[in-house]
Amino acid sequence: MKNLENLEKKINSELTTKINNTEIKHNQIYIETDKEDIIDVAIFLKTNQDTKFRQLIDITVVDYPEQNQRFEVVYLFLSHEFNQRLIVKYLIAENEVIPSLTSIFPSANWMEREVFDMYGVSFKDHPDLRRILTDYGFEGHPLRKDFPLTGHSEVRYSEDQKKVISEPVKLEQNYRNFDYESPWEGTKYIKEEIESNDKKN
Amino acid sequence: MTKKIKNLNLNFGPQHPAAHGVLRLILELDGEVVEKADPHIGLLHRGTEKLIENKTYMQAVPYFDRLDYVAPMNQEHAFAIAVEKILKIDVPIRAQYIRVIFCEIGRILSHILNVTTQALDVGALTPSLWGFEERETLMTFYERASGSRLHANYFRAGGVHQDLPKGLEEDIAKFCETFPKIINDLESLLTDNRIFKQRNVDIGLVTKEDALDYSFSGVMLRGSGVPWDLRKSQPYDCYESLDFKIPVGKNGDCYDRYLCRIEEMKESVSIIKQCLSKMEKGPIKSLDGKISPPPKAEIKQSMEALIHHFKLFTEGYRVPKDEIYTAVEAPKGEFGVYLISDGSSKPYKCKIRAPGFSHLQSMDYLIKGHMLADVPAVLGSLDIVFGEVDR
Repeated sequence: MKNLENLEKKINSELTTKINNTEIKHNQIYIETDKEDIIDVAIFLKTNQDTKFRQLIDITVVDYPEQNQRFEVVYLFLSHEFNQRLIVKYLIAENEVIPSLTSIFPSANWMEREVFDMYGVSFKDHPDLRRILTDYGFEGHPLRKDFPLTGHSEVRYSEDQKKVISEPVKLEQNYRNFDYESPWEGTKYIKEEIESNDKKN
Repeated sequence: MTKKIKNLNLNFGPQHPAAHGVLRLILELDGEVVEKADPHIGLLHRGTEKLIENKTYMQAVPYFDRLDYVAPMNQEHAFAIAVEKILKIDVPIRAQYIRVIFCEIGRILSHILNVTTQALDVGALTPSLWGFEERETLMTFYERASGSRLHANYFRAGGVHQDLPKGLEEDIAKFCETFPKIINDLESLLTDNRIFKQRNVDIGLVTKEDALDYSFSGVMLRGSGVPWDLRKSQPYDCYESLDFKIPVGKNGDCYDRYLCRIEEMKESVSIIKQCLSKMEKGPIKSLDGKISPPPKAEIKQSMEALIHHFKLFTEGYRVPKDEIYTAVEAPKGEFGVYLISDGSSKPYKCKIRAPGFSHLQSMDYLIKGHMLADVPAVLGSLDIVFGEVDR
């Protein structure tokens, strides 16, 4: 369906209880669902004649360490036929295993591996769940908010041992994160002055 | 007597010139036929997304140059549009034209590199020598506008960093007159070349269905006959007002993808020409003092401007709580930014969707049953750059 509102209604009426909330923002539909329903939602979106979200654009996770359900899993879909984008999300707790979409979208394979690598979220029924971007033998999940920016270990070539070794990070100067935030609001008069100057010219 | 035949495992890369960077491809060979390909990526992983979470919005821009480093400004564009949409600011029309011109220059840069190195991979040396001369000219344009040949850091939320220097528009116009001849020269070397065709026609076939299933975008999708280009279907900046065509392939093999790239370069030249003729003098960035830094001269006179300048370059501007996915048609396909802001001056999360990632993923599907010698040809036509795949 080309019309966003109609598409939203269609999805709501077809998937009823599987959808917790829908919203239209920035010309895209945002859907909240549950871990258990993601497979059904994905199959519906891909195969239904009125949605035809044939492409899975990306899978990612957002980390909110202060929440009970820490991770928000995000799926981005694209429908070429109707020129629509759709975002599906659900919340999970830290050690939860979530279903894999590889059987429906083959391209989910690496995307899920990346999520596993970066956030430590495991997938059920994934054919080949290995780390993908980090080094062989890497420990930790870099994109979690509690993982330090400088990391835990660094590698170098050791002249004594004649091999590459891994050591805890030693920095000459620690990473400095300045807090510049202030209640500054600024004024509007410069903007207005420039605009009035432009009008005069 | 029976002999046991074992499949051979071969390491392709990470130090192989035809791997186009640091790709470690583990191939399982039965004789000369590839049975399985397992790409190992991440050798160029720099944690871009993590770094961006720790920088202000303005400081995040240079990281985008370093993703697909053959067409830097196209990536900046995606990020700039994402921030603009959340901030709900308008981009002055001149800035839109400048951005489109440099995005198309980026497209030509990327396609020249890809077409010529693909030719190099299958045995033709001359195209790369001819093509790189043109890339050099284009990178001089980058340098004159932004100050650096590669890592431009030129686009800002709300426009571009500074106006084009005197004479640059004329020089780009001159280039647009001479460049089509170079494309024709390249074509005369390759398009009907017997060896080039033998190496590319019917190699790395992708059907329409599979192109969709494997999340292909850009030339990889169009080469298989899907007429989809974000510049047309979901136009951003001033693409709507421009007249250009989308070349679409028929067979979905390496050769069709090569033809698509050649045609796209010609279209890019025409887009640049149109922009140059439509461009008028005017502001090149948002006039909102809270987002764009004030001009240097004003800082010397106005207290307000000085404060703005100081705050913008220390704290940076704040972006209201929101989330958005924006995508642009980068030379390699759909380059997207999924941005979550939390009201502070740093992004809470910035997921980068690189087209090359999904393309490389399908390597096993593409190469299964092909000969070992076809690996560089297929890899070349995927148009992989490791900056963006590994992030």
